[in-house]
Amino acid sequence: MTDPRLPPAYLRPGVSSFADFLRDQAPDLLPGRTGLPQGSAADLAPHATTIVAATFPGGVVMAGDRRATMGNIIAQRDIEKVFPADEFSAVGIAGTAGLAVEMVRLFQTELEHYEKIEGSTLSMDGKANRLAALIRNNLPMAMQGLAVVPLFSGYDVHAGQGRIFSYDVTGGRYEETAFHSVGSGSMFARGALKKLYRHDLEAEQCVEVIVQALYDAADDDSATGGPDLTRRIFPVVHVITEDGGTRMPDADVAAIADRVIEGRMGRPDGPAASLTTEEGGR
Amino acid sequence: MSQQFYVSPEQLMKDRADFARKGIGRGRSVVAVQYADGVLFVSENPSQALHKVSEIYDRIAFAAVGRYNEFENLRIAGVRLADMRGYAYDRRDVTGRGLANAYAQTLGTIFSSGGEKPYEVEIFVAEVGDRAEDDQIYRLTYDGQVADEHGFAVMGGQVEPVAESLSASEIAGADLAAALRAAVTALGASESGNRVIPTTDLEVAVLDRTRSQTRKFSRLSPARLDDLLGDRGPGGPDDGARDDVRPGGGGGAPLVDDPADPTDQVSGSVAPLEDPVTGEPPIAPPE
Repeated sequence: MTDPRLPPAYLRPGVSSFADFLRDQAPDLLPGRTGLPQGSAADLAPHATTIVAATFPGGVVMAGDRRATMGNIIAQRDIEKVFPADEFSAVGIAGTAGLAVEMVRLFQTELEHYEKIEGSTLSMDGKANRLAALIRNNLPMAMQGLAVVPLFSGYDVHAGQGRIFSYDVTGGRYEETAFHSVGSGSMFARGALKKLYRHDLEAEQCVEVIVQALYDAADDDSATGGPDLTRRIFPVVHVITEDGGTRMPDADVAAIADRVIEGRMGRPDGPAASLTTEEGGR
Repeated sequence: MSQQFYVSPEQLMKDRADFARKGIGRGRSVVAVQYADGVLFVSENPSQALHKVSEIYDRIAFAAVGRYNEFENLRIAGVRLADMRGYAYDRRDVTGRGLANAYAQTLGTIFSSGGEKPYEVEIFVAEVGDRAEDDQIYRLTYDGQVADEHGFAVMGGQVEPVAESLSASEIAGADLAAALRAAVTALGASESGNRVIPTTDLEVAVLDRTRSQTRKFSRLSPARLDDLLGDRGPGGPDDGARDDVRPGGGGGAPLVDDPADPTDQVSGSVAPLEDPVTGEPPIAPPE
């Protein structure tokens, strides 16, 4: 920047979207802007894997395992894939890690920018739609193997409940009830959630269900990392309630993970669900 | 062919400065005070929607007096600059000094260019550091001058009585409640007597380094203000003075617009803060 003055475009009223402003003023900073040569680029960069989210009365929990893979190589064993998007929401990423992290940074700035300029926060649906637009812009990259598929969850202050949104690479936005999972281990995690999830869980029980689901995902999917007992690396867990979102301290997650592992020592496939629906459950 | 009159550069700049100064003096004061945990901003602003104090970035806040549409433009530009820089580099690379510099250059250019009218604004840019010694308050004036303020700073409206009241109180290293009490008392001070500003008419925000979030800016609600201020100490409600002062805005200085005096702080019956929606044209300086 040679001219220290504020450029005229900065002083122009109007746009309250940071992504739109960036597209006008510094398009080279947008993630996924560069055109790629033909062919698949899927094996070039690390991939992030399983993200799980589940609601409980009064909030939502979102967690991700810590592994990033590049083909058969473990690219990183302590990657963080769940990020706070703003005070009341979090976003977890599966797919090409580099692009996804950049997209999360843009999404975080987008929400904060709107809040500062307009003086009010976006609605939960508004946030979900902005994320959909960002993913849609990445479609050309996705078609060449660099897909980013996030999971978005948060506490809807107006509705007074936790909500979860899933996406496809075209920017399709789908609201999920109760729980959802994305990434390579998601089918195993979802299977576990189906059997363990109850509507009346406490926040900590909900975290335990999610840690169980991630364990099952890691059990059957080589790209999902299980709890690393020797290095003490455990899933990143964000809990969002009406008081806002916080990352659960590592010590608390470790205590839950240790409990889960202790149970699995006796029964490696995890807790057994009853054959018929229990009273009050589903 | 129109006749060109010669106007000396000194006179031209003086006229523009007088014009801007009058616009700024018309409103009410904003006070910034350094307290133990950061920087406190207090202003008298009955509007809940049109803010005079706002967040720019994690550790940076903005306060302004003068014409709302002009300082709102500057605020938005500051948010864009900060977010752009934080996105392109890192959150820690956004500094109050960089922002103050951009504002200074912009205001200075507008002031000295013949084509535009000068902005009728005065701005504080404050940044809170990890320790009290690292806190910064920059004051930017309509002509692009930057001053580094320490302890406290006052701008807009009737500056002298407010500043006198603040320098008389012991606020160095004070806690939030003490700093707030001193600032609110000072805002109510005027030459014709002191008044008590109701908490619903106060806009108060802090940059608080002890906040656990990365964003250190927060607004204090009227309920929180009532808690912190208690029963309003020794000043006591002075209803007579308050009724006298309210309509004029500012304080008890002679509320007469003297066309012969370009430095007076009064200009007819213009409201303290123009309606940003209607965007009334600026009042021309007296000829």
